[in-house]
Amino acid sequence: MDQTGSPPGGGDKLLEIRDLVVQFPSPNGLLTVVDHVSLSVGRNDIVCIVGESGSGKSVTMQAAVGLVQPKGGRVSGGSVKFEGQELVGMSSRQLNRIRGDSIGFIFQEPMTSLNPAYTVGDQIAEVVRRHRNVSRRDAWKRAVEVMDRVHIASAATRAGDYPHQFSGGMRQRVMIAMAIACDPKLLIADEPTTALDVTIQARILEVLEELQRESGMSVLFITHDLGVVAEIARSVVVMYGAQVVESAPVDELFRSPRHPYTAGLLEAMPQVALDRGHAPIAIPGVVAQAYAWPQGCRFHPRCTFCKPEVCADAPVPLMPDDHGFVRCARAAELRATLGQAATERSVPVMS
Amino acid sequence: MSATTMQSAAVALPPPSGFVKRFMRNRTAMISLIILLLITLVAIFAPYLAPHDPAKSSLRAIMKPPNATYLLGSDDLGRDVLSRLIFASRLSLIASVQAVVIALGLGLPLGLIAGYLGGWVDMVIMRLNDALMSFPALILAVVIVGMVGPSLTNAMTAIGLVYAPRVMRVVRGSTLSVRQEVYINAARATGCSDARIITRHVLPNVTGPLVVQATVLMGQALLAEAGLSFLGLGVQPPEASWGSILGAAFPFMQRSPVPTIAAGLVISITVLCFNLVGDGIRDSVGRMRRAGD
Repeated sequence: MDQTGSPPGGGDKLLEIRDLVVQFPSPNGLLTVVDHVSLSVGRNDIVCIVGESGSGKSVTMQAAVGLVQPKGGRVSGGSVKFEGQELVGMSSRQLNRIRGDSIGFIFQEPMTSLNPAYTVGDQIAEVVRRHRNVSRRDAWKRAVEVMDRVHIASAATRAGDYPHQFSGGMRQRVMIAMAIACDPKLLIADEPTTALDVTIQARILEVLEELQRESGMSVLFITHDLGVVAEIARSVVVMYGAQVVESAPVDELFRSPRHPYTAGLLEAMPQVALDRGHAPIAIPGVVAQAYAWPQGCRFHPRCTFCKPEVCADAPVPLMPDDHGFVRCARAAELRATLGQAATERSVPVMS
Repeated sequence: MSATTMQSAAVALPPPSGFVKRFMRNRTAMISLIILLLITLVAIFAPYLAPHDPAKSSLRAIMKPPNATYLLGSDDLGRDVLSRLIFASRLSLIASVQAVVIALGLGLPLGLIAGYLGGWVDMVIMRLNDALMSFPALILAVVIVGMVGPSLTNAMTAIGLVYAPRVMRVVRGSTLSVRQEVYINAARATGCSDARIITRHVLPNVTGPLVVQATVLMGQALLAEAGLSFLGLGVQPPEASWGSILGAAFPFMQRSPVPTIAAGLVISITVLCFNLVGDGIRDSVGRMRRAGD
C-alpha cells in the first residue's frame, strides 16, 4: 500500500518518511509514540503536521533527524529519506554534517533554545563555521546578514548581545536566523510560535513565509494550531495517537475533512465556529496514553460518529481517497455528513 | 522589557559586568578578596618584604618574645617567625593551588562525562566516587602519604585526589540540569558532536558553581596542607609552610605563645577569606542566573 502522507506533488520528494516507528522504554514497557508514520515533503513546499499534545508529531520529526536517540528513544522501523539519502541508521557524524546545514531545526521554546553563555552572533556564526569553511570574520558577517533577513533591527549591534537581552519573539527570530544560516533545503519548525503571544506569532509566520518564498526551501511546520495551518500550509498531515489519520492539501482539508477528528478540530476553531454562528465545540475526552491505545480506531472512544461494531475491534489502515489519505473505517459513509457540516466553510483567515 | 533591552543593547557588554558589580557590592567578599590579594602579593615579593633570612638561626635569639628586631618573636632555633611566615605563604598557596588543580583536573572531566552521558558510565563513575567519598578526607590523605612517603607534592596530590569527588559531584549535578536544556538539543540540531556540546555548551554553563567550589576548596586544601604539615607528613624541613611552622611552634606554646598564635591566625584568616569569597561568588552568580532566566 502506498502511504505517502501528503498528496503527490511533482514527484520529486525532498523528504520522504515511510512507516517510521519510534519507541521509548518506560515502566509500562516499550511505548510506541510514533506508529508507522509516513509523510513526504516536496521541494518548495510547506507541509504542516497537526495534532494534539502527545500525538507524536514532534517526536516524528526529531526522530527523523536523529534527535530522539540521546533522549533514550529508538527508531525501531521505517525509513527517512532526505534527498534520496537514508537518515535512519546513519552515523551521528554524518548526521551532524546534515543537521544545521541542509536541514534547519527551530524549537518550540525560544526562551531556552539559546545558550545563555554566548552572544547570539557567536552562536549563529558557530553554526556557519561548522558547516562552511569560512573565516571567523566571514561567519560573523553571515550571522549579521541572516539576523537582518529575519528583520532584527540593527542586526550588526544586536549580534553582540546575549540571549537574555532579547524578548521571546526576537529570540525566536534569532533561532530562525540560526536555522537558515547555512541555506537549508528543509526547515523543520517545531511549534515555533506556540510560546509567543498572538501578535508576535503572526510576525514570526510572516518571516517564515517570506524566507520560504525568497529561498525556495521547504518548510515542515509542526503545530497544534489550525489557524497557523490555514495561514501558511500547502498540505496538511493530521496526527492522532501516534498515527497519521488524514492528509490532504490545505484547501481540501478545510473544505471537506474526511476524518471525524479533523472535522472535530475544525469545529473547535473559534474562527470557524464564529463564522457559522455557534460557540467552538470541543472534542470530548482526552488523548489516551501511549501505553493504553484503545483497540481498533484510536479515536473511536471520542468520536461522535463511532459505530462500535465497525470501529472498536480491528486496527484501521490508512487508505488513499480522492484528495489524500484517511484512516477511518467509516470514511466513505461519513463523507457526505462531514462534508455537509462544512459546506460554507472555507479556509479561515487568521485576524 | 523592550526599553531595558534597548538600553542594555546600547551598552552591549556581557553580563559578567553585572556579576562583577554585584560581587563588589558585597563588602565582606570584597574585603576577603583584597586580603587574599595582599597575601598573594606578600608571597610573590617575599624576598623583599621579609626582614630576615627565614632559614638563618641565631643562638642569641632563641624563643625571644616579639621585639623591634623580631616583630613576631623568634622560634626554638632562633629564626625570625615573621620572615618564616612570609616565605611559608609561598609554599602554602602553591600547595593549595596544586591540590585544587588536581581536584579540578580529575573531577571536572569525569563530572562532565558522567552527567552528560548518564547510563552505566554515570553509574560506574558515581559508585567509585561514592567509595572515595566515604573515606574521611584527611585520613585518606594520611594513608596515601604513608604509602608513597611524606613530601609536599605527595601530600597535595593526595588532597587533590580526595577532593576530586566533591568537584565531580558539583559538576555532574550542574551538567545534569544543563543537559536537559533545550539549547543543548538545539545545538545537536545544528550538527554539534557530543564532544563539542560538552566543551562549548555544557562547560560554560557549569563554571559558576565550579568557581565557587574551587574557591572553597582552596581554603580547605590550605587547611588540609596545614594539617598534614603539622603532623610532619607534608612539607619537609628546611622548607616551611604555615602548617609546619605551627607544628614546630606548638610544643613550645607555653614558653613562647606568639609564633603558634601568629601561624594559627594566618591560616584561619586565609581559609576564612577563601570561604567568604566563595560565598560572595556564589551569591553573585546565583543572582545572575535568575536574572538571565
